[in-house]
Amino acid sequence: MTSTSTTRGARDHARAQAAAADERFSRRVPAGGPDVLWHETVEGGNYAVRRLPRGARLNLRDPDGDTSVQLLVFNAEAPAERLNVADTVKVQWQAYLGAGQLLLSDMGRVLMSFESDTSAGHDTFCAMSNRAWNDAKYGDGAAHGDAPNARDRFAVALAKAGLDRRDIGPSVNLFKSVVVEPDGSFSWRGDGAPAGAEVVLRADMDVLVALTVTPHVLDPRTDYIVTPLEIEAVRGEPASNDDAIRTATPESIRAFENTDDWLLR
Amino acid sequence: MTSDGTPADTVVADEVVAARQPWSHLVRAGEVLTIIDLEGNQAVDFLVYCADDPIERYSAADTMTGQGNVYLTTGTILRSNEGRAMMTIVDSTVERHDTVGGACSRESNSLRYGHHTNHQHACVDNFLQALGPLGMGKRDMVSNINFFMNVPVEADGSLGIVDGISAAGLSVDLRAETDVIVVVSNCPQINNPCNGFAPTPVRMIVTDPS
Repeated sequence: MTSTSTTRGARDHARAQAAAADERFSRRVPAGGPDVLWHETVEGGNYAVRRLPRGARLNLRDPDGDTSVQLLVFNAEAPAERLNVADTVKVQWQAYLGAGQLLLSDMGRVLMSFESDTSAGHDTFCAMSNRAWNDAKYGDGAAHGDAPNARDRFAVALAKAGLDRRDIGPSVNLFKSVVVEPDGSFSWRGDGAPAGAEVVLRADMDVLVALTVTPHVLDPRTDYIVTPLEIEAVRGEPASNDDAIRTATPESIRAFENTDDWLLR
Repeated sequence: MTSDGTPADTVVADEVVAARQPWSHLVRAGEVLTIIDLEGNQAVDFLVYCADDPIERYSAADTMTGQGNVYLTTGTILRSNEGRAMMTIVDSTVERHDTVGGACSRESNSLRYGHHTNHQHACVDNFLQALGPLGMGKRDMVSNINFFMNVPVEADGSLGIVDGISAAGLSVDLRAETDVIVVVSNCPQINNPCNGFAPTPVRMIVTDPS
């Protein structure tokens, strides 16, 4: 007779598992007090989805120096409003994201802003892998295969927030960067990122954040290599009227004005 | 047959899209869509959806990563979000086209040019007007192509819509690799050089070479 042949045995077996688990990947009630909103480590190939209140600081850390994150952001109250990568780069006249920059919605508002950034750079061009890409590159790109593709992971993540595949628009890539050469070609700059790099994003409205931790599509390595992402979100103050990011450019001033307008109740 | 005896492609559609107007058309596999910039430097904002399942749709990222280059030109394969070839640029008399800059909207115009532009006609409104009868809406919008629009990306990442490199009569030919729904906004923008500050008509010709 196995230990799980009875209800009582199955229950004890189930309950014993948490104690034996790798704590790193165990979601738990944050120990940091009421201001800690989210604490989770996402292993390579996996996803996370979370609602964060305005003012929250989302700390995304690359403890081992080889994580790769695809990020989508939605207005939590009205998710038809979402990250618009084209507007994000066009309005800011800049394709390379970093400290001080905004993630803009398709409604001319600020979803989140980059409060600080110790990474080696990000990417706004290449978005995410899909099944066909990962099948061709790694052999089995199925959502629960050996090399999960980002798009199918997002489909599941977003379904848990009531959204679906229609809602998977272009993402930004964090912690892996590419640059555009004068002839328009991409050059990979994703190697040699510093271990321990951290990006702090401020939520400038209530947001729904969805992310996958999968290799960047242009990662030249033929093995599926991506190290975990450490997430910690804490409650915080929204941007003040003299906030340095808000007041940095005419475009950012108006983006925050539009956001303030949305927040009128 | 034409007068010189060569087989004439069957013209499936030949329409002029007035300045500032949307347009959509089902282009069947093998058919070729020719877009003609009639008066020069007129941005044509362009989205394309798989006709059998529009959740599969144009992906700027898949198109760029698929060819390793941000600029669209002759030979570029327009790829879907599932990586599939949707259309191929079989010819372009303009050196290159853009798929980084997205579509203008009232809302982004307000950031770029001032809140007073929030009530001006913009591409997103055209797209939404055209997508509605197709059973689609805002959630179905993704980063688009801007034919005849010039958006250089500089070494430091600076980018922007600058003076165009198109001219009157230049064109682009797109062969459908599967049945696709093309949705276009003939860009109404008057605040930047994408239309030379004056929107003009474009001509859309669909031919069947078979």
